[in-house]
Amino acid sequence: MKLLNAITLSLAALFTASLSVAAIAMQNNDMSQVKLPSMKPGQYDHQAPTLADIENDSELHPELKKVVLKGRDLFMNTQQLRGKYVFNDMNCKSCHMGEGRMAWSGPVWPAATTLPDFRGKNGHVNSLEERIAGCFSFSMNGTAPEYGSDTMLALAAYHQYMAKGAKVYDRNIGGRGFSSLGKDIPKDVSFGQGAAVYANNCAVCHGPNGEGKKVDGEVVFPPLWGDGSYNWGAGMTRIFTAASFIQNNMPLGQPGRLSDKEAWDVAYFINGQERPQDPRYTGDAKETRQKYLNFHKATLYGTELNGKVLGQHDNTGEKPFLKPEVLKPRTFGDE
Amino acid sequence: MKIKVLFAAWVCAGLMQAPAYAKGDAANGQALATQGDGSGAPCAACHGANGEGMAAGTFPRIAGLDADYALRQMVAFQQGKRVNPAMTMNIDNFNQQQLADLAAYFATLPVAAPAAATASQAQLELGKKLALQGDWDNYLPPCASCHGPNNQGVDGNFPGIAGQHASYLKQQLQAWQQGQRQSDPVQLMEAIAKRLSPEQIDAVAAYLASQPAAPQQ
Repeated sequence: MKLLNAITLSLAALFTASLSVAAIAMQNNDMSQVKLPSMKPGQYDHQAPTLADIENDSELHPELKKVVLKGRDLFMNTQQLRGKYVFNDMNCKSCHMGEGRMAWSGPVWPAATTLPDFRGKNGHVNSLEERIAGCFSFSMNGTAPEYGSDTMLALAAYHQYMAKGAKVYDRNIGGRGFSSLGKDIPKDVSFGQGAAVYANNCAVCHGPNGEGKKVDGEVVFPPLWGDGSYNWGAGMTRIFTAASFIQNNMPLGQPGRLSDKEAWDVAYFINGQERPQDPRYTGDAKETRQKYLNFHKATLYGTELNGKVLGQHDNTGEKPFLKPEVLKPRTFGDE
Repeated sequence: MKIKVLFAAWVCAGLMQAPAYAKGDAANGQALATQGDGSGAPCAACHGANGEGMAAGTFPRIAGLDADYALRQMVAFQQGKRVNPAMTMNIDNFNQQQLADLAAYFATLPVAAPAAATASQAQLELGKKLALQGDWDNYLPPCASCHGPNNQGVDGNFPGIAGQHASYLKQQLQAWQQGQRQSDPVQLMEAIAKRLSPEQIDAVAAYLASQPAAPQQ
């Protein structure tokens, strides 16, 4: 009897509570907004197909459909290549969010519409497969599946299918890559303030020490620094790349939550931490920085921060080698 | 004596590591769960004798719930950051150690297999899609991107939601939409919930309720 009374009382109190609740609700009306940059006039945009589009495409040969879906599976769960091609905790989707389809999150279809193309990072013309190999070498701290292999074919097929119907070689693409905040690091960028932004907005998922989170060995939130993260040669080590990625994609589900300043500061903080060695390492981080300054001018690699030269170490993380075979210069005319 | 000193050192180390509360004592929690806080109903009155909850009353299953998560929620009820008068009035006399004991106790309880789904196949399929793939064109990441593999939970910040009563999941998604849950540091769930349509809420709640709460042995 006493119990029943307590329950009845509790339920009755529910009604009075809804009044005080309305007041709390007023403060948070804009949480549902997705604050992303707008496309500039004249910029080309393309709606990449969804999984359902792939599944329902009756014009796709069943064998090709199988390969495209395999590519998607590898893209979403790249950890299935762990220990062979992948030596950290990343998946393709860790940086190319939303199945690699989202503008402002490194959508992958532009790779299929603009390659082969000259690439400043390695100074020669790259194919789509070579571009994918770049991600394996740096972002995945590993080595690429062999060109023409089943795995590489599947990944390339997924990229290509994402570009279905898109204009080829139109380079004025909106929402491509990660550079919406521009490439100039603000003069007042602050490691200390970045640490605070990190603690307040990022640590709940990525851990207090950037270590990420796993459940039974399966990565849920990727590490942002340390052995499990992207290496010193990854595009994401560039402060501007990380700042733009963060502002337009993080915290998950809340793009645009952070101010420009907060995004720059936290990108500086994250990329001011140690991570596996750049595969192009010469044995001296400062020297390597100078050799690849076109890239590293946007990173903190080989510079002194908090009394230490970043990247001056022999740690390649879980990867049992430094430089994958696939990273080699290519020129025409001498073959 | 030596053991006491060691224990104190261990507690201090624990406190320094994280701003967490003291570790709960499950045996004491079991006693508290039966007694109540002295002025209200015991846990079992709503959550059932085995913490199984009651779908019809939107009383959640609390058996097998992550202890850190359960404790954070009870503290939030006490502080008014989550609103549910029944919860607040029935635990308001517990101190934080007692809440930690309760959380530790319920975390040890086994979870029964989910009840057979009553939702339509189409609804379950939509729910599964939201739970495992999301709906990125409406900026809805999949539930599993935070709630972990098969939505069985990650830690005290990202609870398991598989095998929870659909009625409760629906009620809480609506509570997030209405800003009634203010206890999370980044309010990750609020932004997502506010983009969900009523149809999506019904579907995802039905699907998650039909899924096992813990990995199959």
